[in-house]
Amino acid sequence: MKLKHRYIPMTDSDRDEMLSTIGVATVDELFEDIPEKVRFKGELNIKKAKSESALTKELAQLAAKNADARTYASFLGAGVYDHYKPIIVDHVISRSEFYTAYTPYQPEISQGELQAIFEFQTMICELTGMDIANSSMYDGGTALAEAGTMVAGHTRRTKILISETVHPEARDVVLAYATGQSIEVVTIPQKDGVTDLDQLGELIDDNTAGVLVQYPNFFGQVEDLQKIGEMTHEKGGLFVVSANPLALGVLTPPGKLGADITVGDAQPFGIAEQFGGPHCGYFASTKKLMRKMPGRLVGETTDEAGRRGYVLTLQAREQHIRRDKATSNICSNQALNALAASVAMTALGKVGVKEIAYQNIAKTAYAKSAFEKAGFDVKYNGAHFNEIVVDVKKPIKEVNAKLLEKGFIGGYDLGLTYPELSNHVLIAVTEQRTKEEIDALVQEMEATHA
Amino acid sequence: MHKDNQPLIFEMTKEGRIGYSLPELDVPEIDLSSHLPNGYVREESAELPEVSELDIMRHYTALSNRNHGVDTGFYPLGSCTMKYNPKINEAVARFPGFANIHPLQDESTVQGAMEIMYDLQQHLSEITGMDEVTLQPAAGAHGEWTALMMIRAFHEANGEGNRTKVLVPDSAHGTNPASATVAGFDTVTIKTNESGLVDIEDLRAKVDENTAAFMLTNPNTLGLFERDVLEISEIVHGVGGKMYYDGANLNAIMAKVRPGDMGFDAVHLNLHKTFTGPHGGGGPGSGPVGVTTELAPFLPKPILVKKDDQYTFEYDRPQSIGRVKPFYGNFGIYLRAYTYIRSMGPDGLKAVTEYAVLNANYMMRKLESYFDLPYKQHCMHEFVLSGRRQKKLGVRTLDMAKRLLDFGFHPPTIYFPLNVEEGMMIEPTETESKETLDSFIDAMIQIAKEVDENPEIVQEAPHTTVINRLDETKAARQPVLRYVKEEELVNA
Repeated sequence: MKLKHRYIPMTDSDRDEMLSTIGVATVDELFEDIPEKVRFKGELNIKKAKSESALTKELAQLAAKNADARTYASFLGAGVYDHYKPIIVDHVISRSEFYTAYTPYQPEISQGELQAIFEFQTMICELTGMDIANSSMYDGGTALAEAGTMVAGHTRRTKILISETVHPEARDVVLAYATGQSIEVVTIPQKDGVTDLDQLGELIDDNTAGVLVQYPNFFGQVEDLQKIGEMTHEKGGLFVVSANPLALGVLTPPGKLGADITVGDAQPFGIAEQFGGPHCGYFASTKKLMRKMPGRLVGETTDEAGRRGYVLTLQAREQHIRRDKATSNICSNQALNALAASVAMTALGKVGVKEIAYQNIAKTAYAKSAFEKAGFDVKYNGAHFNEIVVDVKKPIKEVNAKLLEKGFIGGYDLGLTYPELSNHVLIAVTEQRTKEEIDALVQEMEATHA
Repeated sequence: MHKDNQPLIFEMTKEGRIGYSLPELDVPEIDLSSHLPNGYVREESAELPEVSELDIMRHYTALSNRNHGVDTGFYPLGSCTMKYNPKINEAVARFPGFANIHPLQDESTVQGAMEIMYDLQQHLSEITGMDEVTLQPAAGAHGEWTALMMIRAFHEANGEGNRTKVLVPDSAHGTNPASATVAGFDTVTIKTNESGLVDIEDLRAKVDENTAAFMLTNPNTLGLFERDVLEISEIVHGVGGKMYYDGANLNAIMAKVRPGDMGFDAVHLNLHKTFTGPHGGGGPGSGPVGVTTELAPFLPKPILVKKDDQYTFEYDRPQSIGRVKPFYGNFGIYLRAYTYIRSMGPDGLKAVTEYAVLNANYMMRKLESYFDLPYKQHCMHEFVLSGRRQKKLGVRTLDMAKRLLDFGFHPPTIYFPLNVEEGMMIEPTETESKETLDSFIDAMIQIAKEVDENPEIVQEAPHTTVINRLDETKAARQPVLRYVKEEELVNA
């Protein structure tokens, strides 16, 4: 224990004094309960420590090896988007009173976090049109998976239907969670880029716990939630919608279209892409399902003096109280990212959230017509939000490699997860992309096309 | 902390104020009603706040002033490892080449990120003594579930689908039995003996050919090292079960003993605890899982591999449990953990553990005569006191925890583990100075004296916080989970 390190404040004299208080001669004596036979000897075979400057430099060099959306114009979406991140978001989440705290178990000294989460829950309710929302889930995919197991538990049925137009990776996660609970997952095929309602009619039955769809769906199309909700409820199932909350600035909220549960990812609101995580799942439902909800909930109450305050509430649902009878095993959630999303939602506000959602649709509509003018086949004629499917008639990997040379991160290669859509690309156009960038992209793709 | 009530952001709204900056639309306007299907254009606006940028900064600054973090003061919350969160981690995570990269970019454009992931896996593998590591799980509980799903798939692949039981000590975190349930297992609880350790006889009586796994936290939640761990491994392996290591307390054993060497088959780590995540007010976390070669075929997809000096994700894994999370886990968090490990090095991690354990033992010995100490042996990185003696005088552990707030400390974890009456679980961590430990010890001793001499001051605590004790019963009986405008409340 001779090492000096800036994170370890004890001096040699501190250590000696403490050892003598404890009544041992060496620190090693404190580890005597570890069986001699397995005690680790020698040094861990890991890299030696680096100084702050040297490590920063090394990691900056590794970061520079990656193509980032600040340097390149990105048209890649597929569940993770390059949106406007108000600069204040990072200032707020950098306040260490927030990021160095943990779950607000002591409300008297955690009112800041608790109130911020209460506000987050309110904003999610406003956007989704649902009665209640929790304090966050890991991400949109696991939130959808928890919704899948929750509807099965609630209805005591053993089958869930999920549309093929739901994000393929989210569908995989739904399947993994369902396997744990022995729930059958059946995929509803897509037709013309949306859930095939005839197939849904065929597949749904009295053992269907719920129907899971995405809004807008993976292809950017707007699903007929009203109809799917009616079909689900007719059979006594619960209707689960995975919604991009930013799109809800202009789209009718799922709560008005029959959803029992709305989940999704708040990443579009101020959260960096960060190679896929951490993002911020949200989970909202009708009041009826309140006691079945996974995760933490913050509620309003009063103190002895009658002052308004906030606490973690309805904890009888949770693992630390109910153990094996809990509604979910979730403990740590995504609180700091829920805070980030709250700041972004606040900055955008009532007017800005409409404006940003509108710009996404308008720019995507422009991109669609630009592709069509250039002779590309843009698939699916339904209403879209900020993504379109373009038939490039060439391997997307090759096209994207050429685009990268020209300063673009190209769209998602749909052939990777939808074999019938090989040579088709999913192009995302957010408010961040300018008309010039869109025109240039189409031009470059035309060039590779030729 | 400021005593005034902070209004909700919704109560600060004034129509016409904005806090955003969007560019002018540079493409033709569209008509939403002709673009979207009938009934799908939102009619009622989402009632988000209408405030200026300064309003937002003042609001959240006011909220932050009503919050206690590690940077505010000592935070000995047992089992949560509330150590200092290094600032280099925050700087690195914000490099554009890490923060602004998309998970579905071509692999050739993210080799720097993948190199770090690969190197981190190697480091965690060495620290835990496990053969292979996945970084996918988003948090500790998610890691538990992932590993249990792998164990389940392993048994099923061996034609042993009959193994439906997961054994969990009564001192375990609530996530253990909850994760077992979510993975489709039944939980069997194993008793703790008079030394605070797993009751071996109870374990022997309950393991059988239907045992899938035994989940053990070591050191356990009493802060005690399970010194019979090798015998436990033998018993569980003897009936064909798997040993699962809950890594919540890894801070106590780095470079001292490795889960893989103790006979564990699967391990999860809480990178937001031992490896300075940070905790974020409740998350995000990161919960990598390490396993033996035998369990490796069942790892979640994709697997990161290195081929000809290029990193690539491998998806062709027929026995995999599938995908547990979209993309590749919480990159932004494990990047911080990687930065921390590289800041500490092998001797640094060893020192972390030694000082974490030294600090806990020092505090325990200083406090043992003032409170009940149920287990007398040396502790590891944390220890549990009982408030039994004070309860007889009419003061509960909850009261003492609230009194600590008046001294500027975050209280320990209380009423956990469940097998200690009026428990207080104290984890100082290695990043605290002796002066801080001493001032906390002094506060605890003063509170113990107050219980004898002036119990009201403890029973009525806290006295200095922005708000007094809150009515939790009211919150649960009449749940108010969102803000509703006053006029809407009147109309409702």
